[in-house]
Amino acid sequence: MNVLDCTGVKKHFTVGKGAVLHAVDDVNFSIRQGESVGLVGESGCGKSTLVRLITRMLDPTDGDIIYRGRNIGFIPARRFAGTQFRPKIQMVFQDPTDSLNPRHTAFDAIAEPVRRLGSVKDLERVVAEAAKMVGLPDELLPRYPHQLSGGQKARVGIARAVVMMPDLLVLDEPTAALDVSVQATILRLLADLKRDLGMSYLFVSHDLNVVRMLCDTVIVMYLGKVVEQGPALELFQRPAHPYTRALVKAIPSIGGRPGEREVLQGEPRSPINPEPTVCRFYGRCPQQRDRCRTEAPLLREIRPGVVAACHFS
Amino acid sequence: MSLLEVKNLSLEFRTRSGTVHALQDIDLEIKKGETVGIVGESGSGKSVLSFGILRILDSAAKVTSGSVTFAGMDMLGASERSLQEVRGREISMIFQNPRTALNPIRRIGKQIEDVLATHTSTLREDMKKKAIEALAKVRIPDPERRYSAYPFELSGGQCQRVMIALALACNPQLLIADEPTTGLDVTTQAAILSLISELARERKMATILITHDLAMASEYCDRIIVMHAGHIVETATTADLFNRPRHPYTARLIASTPGPEQSIATLASIPGNLPDLRRNDLPSCRFHARCEKAQDDCVTGPLPSQAVRCLHPL
Repeated sequence: MNVLDCTGVKKHFTVGKGAVLHAVDDVNFSIRQGESVGLVGESGCGKSTLVRLITRMLDPTDGDIIYRGRNIGFIPARRFAGTQFRPKIQMVFQDPTDSLNPRHTAFDAIAEPVRRLGSVKDLERVVAEAAKMVGLPDELLPRYPHQLSGGQKARVGIARAVVMMPDLLVLDEPTAALDVSVQATILRLLADLKRDLGMSYLFVSHDLNVVRMLCDTVIVMYLGKVVEQGPALELFQRPAHPYTRALVKAIPSIGGRPGEREVLQGEPRSPINPEPTVCRFYGRCPQQRDRCRTEAPLLREIRPGVVAACHFS
Repeated sequence: MSLLEVKNLSLEFRTRSGTVHALQDIDLEIKKGETVGIVGESGSGKSVLSFGILRILDSAAKVTSGSVTFAGMDMLGASERSLQEVRGREISMIFQNPRTALNPIRRIGKQIEDVLATHTSTLREDMKKKAIEALAKVRIPDPERRYSAYPFELSGGQCQRVMIALALACNPQLLIADEPTTGLDVTTQAAILSLISELARERKMATILITHDLAMASEYCDRIIVMHAGHIVETATTADLFNRPRHPYTARLIASTPGPEQSIATLASIPGNLPDLRRNDLPSCRFHARCEKAQDDCVTGPLPSQAVRCLHPL
């Protein structure tokens, strides 16, 4: 059984009279046990909204969010914390400095989910175990965030997410705020944790190299829609959708030549009341033709295991 | 002749918890028209160095030795008035976060006019036309309409384009771009960087690109300066630096940069942290505690003041 199945998930926000912002529009995907799924796309594409829907901090407008066969999309977000599912779906937030309470010690930060959701009987032991799992030395537990380095803070953020032994861990740009010097250790820690605890990951990032290294499957979003989905390696070697291609080509690499890069021109279309017949990438796409304006492409299988929403891929 | 010359610059911050030795013995040269990258981890002194060059430092900062010469002018000895003439006109800067660097309650066209009014003798009736031209130059779509937009109405990439328009409005000789694409998407990053390098080439403008992304520096820079804990540890042409890094820190940085060939198993990390720069007993080589090639003389011995600041280079 899959850990998570999303079918037809939508989130629309009313932003004015007759103006509806389509933040997430008809998204379907699944996460298997032990799988790590990468979610990429530019800011404003709906990644964060989708994450907030899945972690049940926001109610979907439509669609089903199914955790191990149980539809959790219908539980109102404000009551979700009281359910048996909350400990099972946990999150690691983006900036470890901003997401830790400056007045809580590392111990308190890790203990908080246990105090709220679990039993406080063996609090010290449980926290110590979580700290051990993420490689945080005991003597750092009484310290406050400002007394910790970036890498240590990242470990605290991970420890408090895994302390309840979740099934599904949602990681929102976990290495974006870290220096490259510690990035590798944190990535290896995440890979080891997944293997040891059998967790599944939903890994949100715009660093495609990091996604490639850590994920089995990648979902590419553009303006609220999934435009491509497939095995990570294949997506990088043979991107099917023109947007994915632009994303992959835009990654700088040592010795790379920016001159040979197609730079995407133009600005994304508005997510407010999008025209249903126009491809969302229209206006920026280097391959666009007339048909893209009259018929929005649907996701279809391009090769076995790879789906993309483009008429011409 | 070099456009900018920094010699033996040392700078410290006096704080309640001690003196932070932020920069020590910095030597660098920027020639006309060249693009130089400054790379290093956060806290290595990249931004402080650029603030030091422009002398826009916090009042706790104190230059303890050295000189900064820009186009023959002594920047450290110059009066505040003459510095104001240089800043924005001869040397301009693109700051890290365009959303906080722009004035949120002033229309972007007016912000460009402010720069023109301060630094050029543009006639008032030409102002609007010039501002719109500047916006068009950085490829803001529909510049006539955007002229009266506020920063919050623009995307992050467009705000950064406005920052570039502001910085280039007076045709500076030197542009300092401090992490110009942090927080932007990769596709936007590529567009912004190619815009900066194209405009720099067109105007024969020298550029300092401050970044923590080695891959990005490798693509856009002629020369790269590697900083660690307030020292310049290595300076080399881009090709040499990546083909044959000499300083152990440079080699480590390259190995820890994710690339298309890297996997989780091969990606390296750098052990340890930057030393506490408040210490009075900082070793001669501040990378000493993190370095696998470290020996006793790295702590006490004088270090070579050449392109590679290391007693035991690779």
